[in-house]
Amino acid sequence: MEYRGPNRVRTKQKPYPEILHPQDAIVRVTRACICGSDLHIYHGLVPDTRVGMTFGHEFTGEVVETGPGVTTLKTGDKVLVPFNIACGSCPFCKQELYSSCHESNPMATAVGGIFGYSHSAGGFDGGQAEYVRVPYADVGPMIIPDDIDLDDAVLLTDVVPTGYQAAEMGGIKPGDTVVVFGAGPIGIMAAKCAWLFGAGRVIVLDCIEYRLEFVKRYAQCEAYNFKSIPDPVLFLKKQTGNYGADVCIDAVGCEAKGSIGQTIFGEKLMMQSGSAIALWWAINSVKKGGIVSIVGVYGPTGNLVPIGNVVNKGITIRANQASVKRLLPRLIEHVRSGRIVPKEIITHKIPLEEVSDAYHMFSQKLDHMIKPILIPPGIRA
Amino acid sequence: METIIIDINRNDSDNPEFDGALALTEMAPQYRHINGWGIDADPNNEPTYPMKRYTGDDHERLNYERPPQQPVTVEILHSNERPNISAVFGTVNPPSGLSGRIRRLAFRYSEESLKHWFALVLADRINMIEGIISDMKNDGMPNVFAEMGWGAEWKYNKKGVVKKLLITVAVTALLVMYLRRRNRK
Repeated sequence: MEYRGPNRVRTKQKPYPEILHPQDAIVRVTRACICGSDLHIYHGLVPDTRVGMTFGHEFTGEVVETGPGVTTLKTGDKVLVPFNIACGSCPFCKQELYSSCHESNPMATAVGGIFGYSHSAGGFDGGQAEYVRVPYADVGPMIIPDDIDLDDAVLLTDVVPTGYQAAEMGGIKPGDTVVVFGAGPIGIMAAKCAWLFGAGRVIVLDCIEYRLEFVKRYAQCEAYNFKSIPDPVLFLKKQTGNYGADVCIDAVGCEAKGSIGQTIFGEKLMMQSGSAIALWWAINSVKKGGIVSIVGVYGPTGNLVPIGNVVNKGITIRANQASVKRLLPRLIEHVRSGRIVPKEIITHKIPLEEVSDAYHMFSQKLDHMIKPILIPPGIRA
Repeated sequence: METIIIDINRNDSDNPEFDGALALTEMAPQYRHINGWGIDADPNNEPTYPMKRYTGDDHERLNYERPPQQPVTVEILHSNERPNISAVFGTVNPPSGLSGRIRRLAFRYSEESLKHWFALVLADRINMIEGIISDMKNDGMPNVFAEMGWGAEWKYNKKGVVKKLLITVAVTALLVMYLRRRNRK
């Protein structure tokens, strides 16, 4: 897969990746997802996304080569690869903030390296390919346990941990009302995971009907279409006894629908980092003293949000890219026990060669797509 | 799903005696239909309760044992907010051409500066044009419609494609008519 500019991707034969560092491995990809956040780079919203890059930060594969410094993996191991590239030895990694690694991204200090996510995240090619270079192979990749399905495994690289951490950062108390903005894969998973932390009520807002139907069923929650609600914040206040939700989760990020002003100013004119209406609503509909948890992706330039209300209401904002490695052991338990069945959100399996169509379908929400998986040539779907 | 009415006034701040564990036990029967309900509830998970495993390593700043340095074989631009290049980095698509010049300029400014980010966005757009020129030189005109996934649009949204085409034709016709009239005057 190769990026050619906003809304344009294609497949192209690229050179086989090389071992460039003693702790590198080369992995033959067996599954690669398209993530909602891939759409931000596909749409040209993330600065320093260079033509020729291969996207893809959610993938599984088989180790085909290891560098001389790799000790825990060997050729033939089947691995799931967290989207964060983490060294394991810097102060941030030692404190399990793996998404903030200081030794994987020279281009920016605000974020660690991420596979296939622009040069602002390290300039690494991603996993929407047949082969991929995986740095720090002893730290990030996890050997897939025999009893974990490959389709579940690939969703443990980002979607499930990000949804889970969204709920975890909410500091949910037993009985709390949790509002999730966005019924994409991350919002669906955040709603599902909110129950695991003891939520008393889970409400999801989105504007795409088929996704609302899906989340209602999958996450056993309430779901509302904000297009049919004149004032979503007022609606949520009324839903919570005019008090406000205990926890609001922004699972949308910089391409949120719902405000013409934010869309024009942020997405079309790029005068801010996309549209921040989901975050705006989250801040305004959480209770005083409530918690806003952000996992939606925003670009680096800045956004218009009602920061005065954050101060006046005493809101706590918690945010981060998911620390996948930290969460994996617990999430594997949840998958094993059947509390979370990640693969149920996969709606499409598409050959890697059809990547242009796959991106367009996901971007335009065609054919009721929720989560597409790309299958490289020669790999059994 | 049945509607569940929750006493939203029941939380820590209203009741200092609130016992999270007890509340979980009391509420569990209500949520029997949700597999795993409350299993990860952590009454200690307050906003101030750290998500990180605090080790004090922060106080060492950058004086930690770094992984071996990946050899620098291509031009790597690095943030001026860090003293060096990280131990590993991607080597794909090093800066080149006009877009590369703009990227080099962008990295003179810190990540705090809008000049840094807007210059990179400008470089991205120029890079796109460079990509088309490069395609034309090497492989001929790129199939932009295929790259944009219009095949899928036609397959799954024929009505939408027809509507877009009709709108485009109508707008173009109006524009042509307007220009003709203006030229006559």
